[in-house]
Amino acid sequence: MVKIIIFSLTNRFGVVAAVIAFCGLVWAVPAVANAGSQRLVLTGSSTVAPLINEIARRFEAKFPDVRIDVQTGGSSRGINDVRKRIADIGMVSRALKPDESDLLAFTIALDGISLIVHADNPVTGLNRRQVAGIFTGDLSHWRAVGGPDARITVVNKAEGRSTLELFLDYLQLKNSAIKPHVIIGDNAQGIKTVTGNRNAIGYVSIGAAEYEVQRGAPLRLLALDGVEASVENVREGIFSLSRPLNLVTAGEPQGLTREFILFAQSPQVHDLIEAQYFVPVDAN
Amino acid sequence: MLTDRVLTGILRSGALLSALIMLLILCFLLLESWPALTGLPVAGFLTDPSWHPLESAYNLMPMLSATLLASIGAITLAVPLGIASALFIVFFAPSHLASLYKRLIELLAGIPSVVFGFWGLTVLVPLISEWQPPGASLLAAVLVLTLMILPMIAITAYTALAAVPDELLQNAAALGLSRWGTIAGVVLPAARAGITAGIILAAARALGETMAVLMVAGNVVQHPESLFDPVRTLAANIALEMAYAMGDHRSVLFVSGLLLMLLVMALSAMAGLLEKHRHV
Repeated sequence: MVKIIIFSLTNRFGVVAAVIAFCGLVWAVPAVANAGSQRLVLTGSSTVAPLINEIARRFEAKFPDVRIDVQTGGSSRGINDVRKRIADIGMVSRALKPDESDLLAFTIALDGISLIVHADNPVTGLNRRQVAGIFTGDLSHWRAVGGPDARITVVNKAEGRSTLELFLDYLQLKNSAIKPHVIIGDNAQGIKTVTGNRNAIGYVSIGAAEYEVQRGAPLRLLALDGVEASVENVREGIFSLSRPLNLVTAGEPQGLTREFILFAQSPQVHDLIEAQYFVPVDAN
Repeated sequence: MLTDRVLTGILRSGALLSALIMLLILCFLLLESWPALTGLPVAGFLTDPSWHPLESAYNLMPMLSATLLASIGAITLAVPLGIASALFIVFFAPSHLASLYKRLIELLAGIPSVVFGFWGLTVLVPLISEWQPPGASLLAAVLVLTLMILPMIAITAYTALAAVPDELLQNAAALGLSRWGTIAGVVLPAARAGITAGIILAAARALGETMAVLMVAGNVVQHPESLFDPVRTLAANIALEMAYAMGDHRSVLFVSGLLLMLLVMALSAMAGLLEKHRHV
């Protein structure tokens, strides 16, 4: 094989041959990987992916000839990949939008989004109007909401993230109306930014924030509209800034896909959901 | 004879493959950015009111200015420091200290960029924020980039200085030049091309650096008015949004990738020209 390429390089078609050989190599690899045991591909939200990883491990232990491949990339990617049939199941950390009615969603858990500040900040709660004021830049000092005389550092999320979408939806604002001082990618970066700046305010998944607080991070979850930001209140359905974590399929799920979704909704995985600080829901 | 031909063949195909991959990447970038280049008004990249892809506003200019400013800032700081370090190693340090110092610089060059970013986020940014909130800023990006390209400049400058022929040094000594006179009048002019090539390569690295800058720069898309304003670079923008982008948004991100690649290619071409110049 190698010899053929080398010697063909000496003539004028060598380049073409090399290109074909190279492309052949690129296409051949995934084809080989696909062969063999039953395989399930899930892509999407980075909020859902760690949970699905755990569930997938338990599922694989139960059905040893199944291989589950979990990739992150955000809810949008989950939707995209399911539509293009690249993935069997999409992970989407929000309710489906009206223009996504071609897909089916199966809720496996609930997640709340909490506003977070540094633990040294005396502010303990805000209402929707104050949050909107802070994020649009109308309220620029903590004094305006009962805090110290310091400028507020507004931490926002990058475009395309479902956390941002849910947050904007709650405030009834467009992203261009937000006047951020720092823009972050994932939850971990948001938490690091707020713990490193005592005048910052950001928002992350309640589960992630509670977990960091338990590990001793100097962080406070703010009550919203008088309701404490906690996993408990998300379960009760009284915390307004919460979202469903969905598995999404194109069309009625069949075979292995159906098995996996039923498994992810069953009480067998409630301990895994709670370990990630999410809230399990009953399938019915 | 046959071994020779086989070896030549292997080397040729290796070289061809690397060139081909480079070409494929460029083609891929062009292909992916094509929908944006043809479907959207190109002037929009310059004149849209802001960068809000979900609201179809695609102004790339604030990110271009941030990228250039961060790189220029880092170069301004790292060049004097890097050349000073190299001069220190070659001419001033006692030999055991020189080798220790050189090892240290090489170690600095080997630290992964994400580690620099993490250090910047947990140490540098809070420090700046105590002084001028929010802390995540152009300044933080410049400082982290400086640390990252400093060893690169120091090492290339060291190589260029060490390559200055001994006759030149001996002649300078024979003329009774002082140590500083020798350095300023003889060594630096002789090593200039090599040092400049190193600086340009370092600039290319600064332009394309992603993770570390993403973590400390604050990532707000705006033309900075001061060193303490948060900024977003082109590379950071791609890393931040690519995984979540669809349609036109995704395509425009590839346009910014193309822009970045053209910048780096122009710099590499300049380095190549200088290299050629030196050998003539």
